[in-house]
Amino acid sequence: MTLLSVKDLRVTFDTEAGKVEAVRGVSFSLGRERLGIVGESGSGKTMTGRSVLRLIRPPGRIEATEMVFDGTDLMAASEREMRALRGQRIAMVMQDPKYSLNPVMKVGAQLTEGLRLRDGMSAKAAREKAIEALEAVQIRGPERVMEAYPHELSGGMGQRVMIAMMLIPNPDLLIADEPTSALDVTVQAEVLSILDGLVRDRGMGLIFISHDLRLVGRFCDRVLVMYKGRVVEELEAKNLMQAQHPYTQGLLNCLPRIGGSRAPLPGLDRAAEWAE
Amino acid sequence: MTASPDTPAPPPGSLSGLPRVLRLIGGTSLSLAITILGLLLVTFIIGRVVPIDPVLAIVGERATTAQYEATRLALGLDEPMWKQFAIYVGNAVQGDLGQSLRTKREVSADIIRYFPATLELATLATLFGVLVGVPAGVLAATRPGTWVDQVVRIVGLMGYSMPVFWLGLLALLVFYGILGWVGGPGRLDAGFSMMFELDVQQRTGMILIDTALAGEWAMFRNAISHIILPSAVLGYTSMAYISRMTRSFMMNELGQEYITTARVKGMPEWRVVWVHALKNVMVPLITVIALSYAYLLEGSVLTETIFAWPGLGSYITDALFAADMPAVLGGTVVVGVVFVTLNMASDLLYRLVDPRAR
Repeated sequence: MTLLSVKDLRVTFDTEAGKVEAVRGVSFSLGRERLGIVGESGSGKTMTGRSVLRLIRPPGRIEATEMVFDGTDLMAASEREMRALRGQRIAMVMQDPKYSLNPVMKVGAQLTEGLRLRDGMSAKAAREKAIEALEAVQIRGPERVMEAYPHELSGGMGQRVMIAMMLIPNPDLLIADEPTSALDVTVQAEVLSILDGLVRDRGMGLIFISHDLRLVGRFCDRVLVMYKGRVVEELEAKNLMQAQHPYTQGLLNCLPRIGGSRAPLPGLDRAAEWAE
Repeated sequence: MTASPDTPAPPPGSLSGLPRVLRLIGGTSLSLAITILGLLLVTFIIGRVVPIDPVLAIVGERATTAQYEATRLALGLDEPMWKQFAIYVGNAVQGDLGQSLRTKREVSADIIRYFPATLELATLATLFGVLVGVPAGVLAATRPGTWVDQVVRIVGLMGYSMPVFWLGLLALLVFYGILGWVGGPGRLDAGFSMMFELDVQQRTGMILIDTALAGEWAMFRNAISHIILPSAVLGYTSMAYISRMTRSFMMNELGQEYITTARVKGMPEWRVVWVHALKNVMVPLITVIALSYAYLLEGSVLTETIFAWPGLGSYITDALFAADMPAVLGGTVVVGVVFVTLNMASDLLYRLVDPRAR
């Protein structure tokens, strides 16, 4: 069953220096599965993710011949309908909890505001639900975390709070935009396995955005490789090693291997015609 | 700070955070004391280097040498400099700023009479500046480039560039002279003025508060009609400044990632702007507001002159024209203390609003 279908998505920024196209005709569809989007900085992967939520700030513009989420036409939806979708059915975890959590609000207030404001829950019920959500991301002592400010949390802890916050309404689709890139290597695995477990248990669709092709290969069912705003290759994660496109091969080969040769790593080829 | 993943630092406001708050207040008071001592040193030196002979200013030009010498000794001017300074500081700490040559009263007594008028005016003006300036800045920041933004910008630019004496005269002409909507110069109509001095218990020296406490509502309304124009004129300038700063702080916050988070959560736009972003805007804005308040508390000479407002600004100016050095320096010390204290207060408030600074 298709959860999200995107056809010919374009994101354009009208700047004084002319039009800049961040995403140029991206198409994909997604069921309740894990889709990885991989590419370098500036390849348009983040913009693709945010377009689904229609959260591109002006002067950015989103265009698509089709962008449908579970029967709702996202291109035609009113801002009000989009807000309802954002709060309840599509969620997003961003890169760095240091910036994505409000620095002057207590964690508890940030976790419960959706429940209280939209679902009209009592303070007590919302609090209980938020503590449950914190327990689900394996935070011990959730009562203390509720009273903390974001800067008092470590990166891994902050990202767990973020995941808990986004999963409270039980969304159907989660967009994870480099969810572990800002974390220490030692906590990356932990946060990933928490994310993995929750997405699997609740059967949601996942768009996992990363620059780390191997990570995405392990974590997802399917991978889109983006280059300069276009999809250059789409393949099953298990077939990653048989990638055909030279850019994908380049991404695979630019990582060092433990115990491998110490020769300089090959640079990444960037042929202009791939962007056509 | 980094904590291990499962042990967050104790939240601020808990008991373990208390000594830190006390230390903070202690440190602040200490630096306050040092700053004020420095200020006293400066006014002391100014008092000694200006080419006005303090003895001659008191005894007059026709005094005999014996009279002159007696006054000189009475003022302690034969003591060594360091001792003179120590006496000066000791007196100032006890609230003794010397005697005014012009009014023949204690400078501190004079200031207690004049300062409430300035305090009342500056507070109302700042209130106006904040209540209009902050929303205007927020509206402009959320609608950049639209007519709303343009209006806020142009109105603000006028507040910046129009001289306050001209604006004050214009306002008096239109709203008092032509339309007659408000009271004229002074704090009260002449009749009420006498009544206030004689009948109303002056608890604070601020007419609005004293008349309200005494239940003198007719007098209260009259005071409002007098203060509304000068406070609006003063508040306009501070509104212009506050709205511009608010706009730029808000634009900055709206580009932050936590704003996207709030939107992802489906929060309505009003909540994103007026709660999530504004809470962060308040952090730098507190300093801006405190500075503009402190600036108004120094007494705005021009506004006070035009509106015949018996405030600190006009007191110091009059003293200056009369070469009344004790009054000038005493007024300067008070202004300095007010300024420094407000700065410290904004520092403390800043830490209250921003949990990262605690």
